[in-house]
Amino acid sequence: MALKALDIFKLLPKTNCKKCGCPTCLAFAMKLAQKQANLDQCPDVTAEAKAQLEGSAAPPIRLVTIGTGNSKLEIGNETVMFRHEESFYHPPGIGVVIPDNLDDNELNARIEAVEKLQFVRVGAHIRSDIVAVENVSGQADPFAKTAAAVQKLDLPTVLMSKEPANIDKVLESCKDKRPLIYGASADNWEKYAAIAKEKQCPLAVSEADLDKLAALTEKVKAAGVEDIILDLTSAGISETLQALTAARQLALKKNVRSLGYPSLAISSSAQTAGEQVAECCTYIAKYAGIVLTGLHHPEYILPLLTLRQNLYTDPRKPIQVEPKLNQVGTVTTTSPLLITTNFSLTYYTVEGEVEASRIPSFIGAIDTDGTSVLTAFASDKLTAEKIAAFLKSDAVKDKVTHKKVIIPGYVAVMSGALEEESGWKVLVGPREASGLPKYLKTVWKSE
Amino acid sequence: MKMLEEARGKWVGSLNEVVIGATKQQGGTRTSTVTVGGEKTLPFLAYEGPTKNRPVVAMEIWDREPEDWPNSLMEALGDAVKSPAEWAKKCVEEFCAEMLCLHLMGTHPDFGNASPQSAAAVVKSVLAATGVPLIIWGCDHDETDNEVLPRCSEAAKGEKCLIGAVKEDNYKTLVSFCLADGHSLIGLSPIDINIAKQVNILVSEMGFPLDRMVMYPTTGALGYGLEYVYSIQERSRVAALGGDKMMSMPVICMVGQESWRTKEAKASAEEAAGWGDENTRGVFWEIATATALLQAGSDIMVMRHPAAMTAIKNVINKLVK
Repeated sequence: MALKALDIFKLLPKTNCKKCGCPTCLAFAMKLAQKQANLDQCPDVTAEAKAQLEGSAAPPIRLVTIGTGNSKLEIGNETVMFRHEESFYHPPGIGVVIPDNLDDNELNARIEAVEKLQFVRVGAHIRSDIVAVENVSGQADPFAKTAAAVQKLDLPTVLMSKEPANIDKVLESCKDKRPLIYGASADNWEKYAAIAKEKQCPLAVSEADLDKLAALTEKVKAAGVEDIILDLTSAGISETLQALTAARQLALKKNVRSLGYPSLAISSSAQTAGEQVAECCTYIAKYAGIVLTGLHHPEYILPLLTLRQNLYTDPRKPIQVEPKLNQVGTVTTTSPLLITTNFSLTYYTVEGEVEASRIPSFIGAIDTDGTSVLTAFASDKLTAEKIAAFLKSDAVKDKVTHKKVIIPGYVAVMSGALEEESGWKVLVGPREASGLPKYLKTVWKSE
Repeated sequence: MKMLEEARGKWVGSLNEVVIGATKQQGGTRTSTVTVGGEKTLPFLAYEGPTKNRPVVAMEIWDREPEDWPNSLMEALGDAVKSPAEWAKKCVEEFCAEMLCLHLMGTHPDFGNASPQSAAAVVKSVLAATGVPLIIWGCDHDETDNEVLPRCSEAAKGEKCLIGAVKEDNYKTLVSFCLADGHSLIGLSPIDINIAKQVNILVSEMGFPLDRMVMYPTTGALGYGLEYVYSIQERSRVAALGGDKMMSMPVICMVGQESWRTKEAKASAEEAAGWGDENTRGVFWEIATATALLQAGSDIMVMRHPAAMTAIKNVINKLVK
């Protein structure tokens, strides 16, 4: 629970020495409460006060970094149970588990498959952004070999083994990459905690239930490991969902520090692919910081990445693209001109279909305050006047000479008014963007 | 489990329970009925309390053969789609559907313009062919629905169907027929929680019982606005658990309809290189859309592909033990 300025003030030296840059200790306390200052700026604060203040200033769910450099994964530091209350901030890592018992060809093929799990959706690059290596062989050498081969993906890595010595051996060569060590359990936690502390790597901690897990994270923390991931994978999807939700609830609402870490869940392979996809989706929606699966084909992973992208958009911001004339492909003055709105979902759906048609085109994104075609039409934000003004603007004048414009099928009713207003020939396109490739290839071609 | 007890939410309200279908004893001809709603917790959190009634999957059938459904979907359904009664039978006997949603697309002026009489005949044929409860959905063209749905309501009198959809500005005709014929109603509100409540109030002010109403906040497929409906449904579940009786109706989602019109479900292998197997891509899109909406709080999932339906039924059974 965050402290108020006056509570913080009571713990400060009250000397008004100004060494922190603030005129008084109270002013400094106010800045601390607003998180605009750092306690380190006060040279005279007592160790006791420092511990107390740092404890209360820490976020309820710790931010943990796995990996390094551009591909690093940051998870945790979430603040709400429901995205409509504010937003979800740190999208979960979604990754494939690669076993260490594959032969060389299989291993290379698997790594290649994981490399291809990246896509462009609504203008954003989304990908499977973590990878796990599982020591199913129980041997040190195959584990080390597989872990080394996976390095070329340049992704944050999870090293999964029941043998601390096998993990230790792999870490000799890759501890600088900050892989996640998986993981400590009741009977071996001391060894894992020692490795994690020495190699400065995050550590996943597993237990039978939340009570025992909370007790174990306290021990691991006392042993000097700060970056902990809760492994909440339980007997089945129901138990795991409950553990994920309860841990989030307890950390945020009950201030349970021993569960204030990001979580990890692994889907069970003992079910159909469809059920595994559903299991992963459940964990993405409900609070997992890392979701791991044995599935590695794009038709399984693309839905997971898309769901993550959907749920981690900030609901407070209407998502818009810049209202302007956009070009897709190598356009000429005779390329088709399509009209749509500047709602990003609408715009990128249209853009994606135009790209798929392979017919270079202009897309005019009309400023509708980021609303979709039907909503904008209903609220007079997509009108014949507005489109006519756009067609007459300098942006369009020299770029398009044929004076034909394609409008969305849903606003066909404005054709007459728009022809009158603009002097352009109005063509009514399909209602759904998915009809655009066919439309451009047939109707437009014959124009 | 001290921690789980500690995490339990303190809810005061619950969702209304709605029964769909009537057996012979209850004045209909159904061999089974479906009860949805009644939940007192956030979805599937056994530590907050048991799930009163598990969410149910209804398979969507049409009164006419669909034209633009992707091959991977049409192949799974086969020739049965040529006859609504055969299609219904196949869903129940082969795919084990517990409920059907008959979508009267063929009555739309631009899509067949079938007469109210022929639509009512289709309803009767589907009821005769199967024993499961039936959802009857218009073509979302207000004037047509006001002509067609009353005839269907009469044709299915006593069967306790779920009929939709009524809207803020078009509800009176259908409400009076459903009230007289004993059916339940779907209230449509496009991703707007205030309109959803308004529709519920308007319908209940006509004397329609709250426990015969279901909400349809419209559905967005994964990647196509899912996040909006997801949050609307979460907010509406939280409002219901908080005790708002005018937001306590079970929620229906048109998962199949929305999933199967996405590019991910439709695009050929050449159009969507790198997106994976063209024959199963749509199935996983439908599964992912349904799974996410179940977590937001949904009671009736209307789905199209038998494999997707089976997967979701299995997942629901694992989530509610």
